[in-house]
Amino acid sequence: MSAPTTPPAGQPVNRVGLSRADYDGSKTTLCPGCGHNAITGGIIQAAWEAGLEPHKVAKLSGIGCSSKTPAYFLGHSHGFNSVHGRMPSIATGVSMANRELLLLGVSGDGDTASIGIGQFMHMIRRNVPAIYIVENNGVYGLTKGQFSATADLGSTRKSGEANRLMPVDLCALAIELGCGFVARSFSGDQKQLRPLLKAAFAHKGTAIIDVISPCVTFADHEGSTKSYAAVKEHDAPLHDIDYVPYFEDLSVDYEPGTTREVDMPDGSRIFLKKLDTDYDPTDLKKAWAVIHEAREEQKLITGLLYVNPKTHTFHDELRMVDAPLATLPLEQVRPPQRVLEEVMRSFAEGSAPIGAGGG
Amino acid sequence: MKSVVNDFSIHVATVNGSGSQTANNVLLRSIMQMGVPVSGKNLFPSNIAGLPTWFTIRVNEDGYIARHARNDVLVVMNPETAATDVASMGPGSLIIANDAIKFPDVPADRTVYRVPMAKLMEPITNDVKLRRLVVNMIYVGIAGQLLGIEQAEVEKALHAQLGKKPKALALNAAAVKAGYDFAAENPLAIPFRVERRDLTGGKILIDGNTAAALGSMFAGVTVVAWYPITPSSSLIEALIGYLERYRRDEKTGKATFAVVQAEDEIAAIGNVLGANWAGARAMTATSGPGISLMAEFFGYGYYAEIPAVVWDIQRVGPSTGLPTRTMQGDLSFAWGLSHGDTSFPVLLPGSVTECFEFAGTAFDLAERLQSPLLVLSDLDIGMNNWMSEPFEYPTKPWDRGKVLDEAALEKIGQFQRYGDVDGDGIPWRTLPGNRNWKGTYFTRGSGHDELARYTENTEAYVRGMDRLKKKMENARALMPQPELLETPGADVGLIAYGSSHWAVLEARDLLAKQGVKASYLRVRALPLAHSVHEFARKYARVYVVEQNRDGQLREKLLTEVPDAAARVQSVLHYDGLPIDAQSVVDGVLAHEGRTVTEGATR
Repeated sequence: MSAPTTPPAGQPVNRVGLSRADYDGSKTTLCPGCGHNAITGGIIQAAWEAGLEPHKVAKLSGIGCSSKTPAYFLGHSHGFNSVHGRMPSIATGVSMANRELLLLGVSGDGDTASIGIGQFMHMIRRNVPAIYIVENNGVYGLTKGQFSATADLGSTRKSGEANRLMPVDLCALAIELGCGFVARSFSGDQKQLRPLLKAAFAHKGTAIIDVISPCVTFADHEGSTKSYAAVKEHDAPLHDIDYVPYFEDLSVDYEPGTTREVDMPDGSRIFLKKLDTDYDPTDLKKAWAVIHEAREEQKLITGLLYVNPKTHTFHDELRMVDAPLATLPLEQVRPPQRVLEEVMRSFAEGSAPIGAGGG
Repeated sequence: MKSVVNDFSIHVATVNGSGSQTANNVLLRSIMQMGVPVSGKNLFPSNIAGLPTWFTIRVNEDGYIARHARNDVLVVMNPETAATDVASMGPGSLIIANDAIKFPDVPADRTVYRVPMAKLMEPITNDVKLRRLVVNMIYVGIAGQLLGIEQAEVEKALHAQLGKKPKALALNAAAVKAGYDFAAENPLAIPFRVERRDLTGGKILIDGNTAAALGSMFAGVTVVAWYPITPSSSLIEALIGYLERYRRDEKTGKATFAVVQAEDEIAAIGNVLGANWAGARAMTATSGPGISLMAEFFGYGYYAEIPAVVWDIQRVGPSTGLPTRTMQGDLSFAWGLSHGDTSFPVLLPGSVTECFEFAGTAFDLAERLQSPLLVLSDLDIGMNNWMSEPFEYPTKPWDRGKVLDEAALEKIGQFQRYGDVDGDGIPWRTLPGNRNWKGTYFTRGSGHDELARYTENTEAYVRGMDRLKKKMENARALMPQPELLETPGADVGLIAYGSSHWAVLEARDLLAKQGVKASYLRVRALPLAHSVHEFARKYARVYVVEQNRDGQLREKLLTEVPDAAARVQSVLHYDGLPIDAQSVVDGVLAHEGRTVTEGATR
């Protein structure tokens, strides 16, 4: 194999022998200070720490500023920058073809909550194994600052025009549709984002992470509810998050009653340290309540809103063979001649089911 | 009375959802079992139950299986349409009617045979609902007796269809018998006769959608995405049935395929592109409205060079159009789908056999050309019953196209995803999951260079687009070549494709009887083979027969052979009914300045 290369001496390597630089992508072309760049950094760090094997990752996106970012991380993974709002359908197809790939999808609020809302919802309904990161800034950046469907009521554009339409809450929607991993975070809170990403890598079904990611050019002014200042002021984390992957044999010692533990199917563990209140992310009704309360109180709650590691996934539903379908040899997918002969006999005798049509 | 043996059409007028389908198929099959060639066409409304539907059986010992424009025997089972159905029948025809149905008197040269169907059903069952379904078998028995169809063959056909349901079989058999007995007790001298021949031995009767489903399974399809739409749904439903039966391990319950019913056609083509990109053989089936929705993704697949197989079972457009009627209206659109400069390989199956074979050809070519590919079938081929030789088991290995695996990557220097390294316009690709980092690339619909890097460089853009054009130019020789039937001394050339084939074959024989010698070329794919250009230039007068209003293939041909423009004319049929030979003959003769001879097709 031509790669992975041996990392330069002195550079730390992860469990698969790769340095952090092995997870870099090409240089970003987004605005300096864009929240998306911080998320890209978070993904690189989380992927390195989790020891993802780049060839087992497929990066997917739609169209928009956020959807450009898969070029900026994991340069040794195949990427698919698709058409506007349709990343979920690509993910669904890739997932059927190769069940061994970890699908890392990046989308934006325009790409997801407007043109792509249908595919977003249906991907969640099917519970396609994939991480779906929404880099959410409330505006269309590439087309210069129009409101998106996640813009909050009363939030203003640079021109001063206020949004009068109800925002789409992607987390509430995901929970409603049965998603087993729903988190909200902030691009400026790497301490929270990284463990959430790593936990999402370990989730079996669709994992939604809605990351508020300020647009420095079109939505960082006073009056925008998704500016850096507004987010910092209203950010209300539900808990502090630690993530211990299955391959790290750490004994964790928390004071009783201070921490909740969520066990992932692969043996990894999520530790949620209690802050003001004790939040149980496995309680569906509580998740709904906390999202609605936050809206009323104009708070930005962040953290793991809802988790159910044991959902029925798309792969459970399909019951495919273990090997990726894309790798099956001809003899496994072309039934033998006797099968065709049997079927042909039924059409010669007239015992085959009658073709479709009216009558 | 001059007898008409093995050359007539039976037209059954019923109500959609009334259970007539089994009856019509039994009638069709029993004639075929007597060794006489048949075809069956279902003319049905966009409706589940209650609207009028017609089934036409053509009996023809010369083997002509296109729809016949004239019906000789009518079965009246629908009061709503009885008056117009009866009025459409010509002199010498036979009208078999349920005596409960009233319609105006017909001229004396038509024969009306009234049958007390309700009375005949009385001893068979008391269940009103069952009576309504089973009554259809009465006309099977009546027609069987009057036309000389052997009762044993009807019973055999009935047994083949209902053998697994003894109760239903007994009821239906009783109704058939009642029909035979009534007609035997009330004999009628009519010219139309079915006489035993030996012309259908070993043949199958199948619809094109089922054939395409079977072909796809044996081609090794692994991923299927679809959104229900008439007339394509039955293709996928048949495919699911076969895959579940033959491609899921009985012991483990595990499948070598995956099917997803998508939320719309946009998602379906997205699924297919994603799966093909990751190395699966993925397909979808749809109809006109579906490919309209898929247009953007087709452009993506063209530019990013991702295989995809899309069956378009054409129906009448534009818009919702006539959803349950047939048309060849999507040719121009399919060829140039999506914005910007594009062109797509298109397969044009002309028979159920080709639906089976092209299913495999479609995957091989889509993967070889790294492009979305359309198979343009239509409702007539897709949903009607056609006689055919049994399909042959594919012995050729599959062609997965130019894919570099880990070992192959080891041997090359730099991997150029979009480089023309072989000079044929077709680049090499790699699949995700490949461990060799040399093969990693980023797929995008935005401007890219040979190394798949984003670029807005004008020269790189032009290089890429010119290579894509070259790839499609080379595809002319890779696609299935036309089928040519040359007639010595002909100065007329006929060109047709798809389901028009059968009417054109018959029309060619009829034209010969009128003194018009015609060679015939059947186009089987786009881009057009060079031999199509040659054909268009060779004959003094060329007629392109199509089932659309605008002469879409003619238009395409003339953009490639503009020098032949004055000699190439259209013969068109676009009313939503399957094309018939007489309309082709009439169209050609009109262009030829010849008088159309009435009744030339008998």
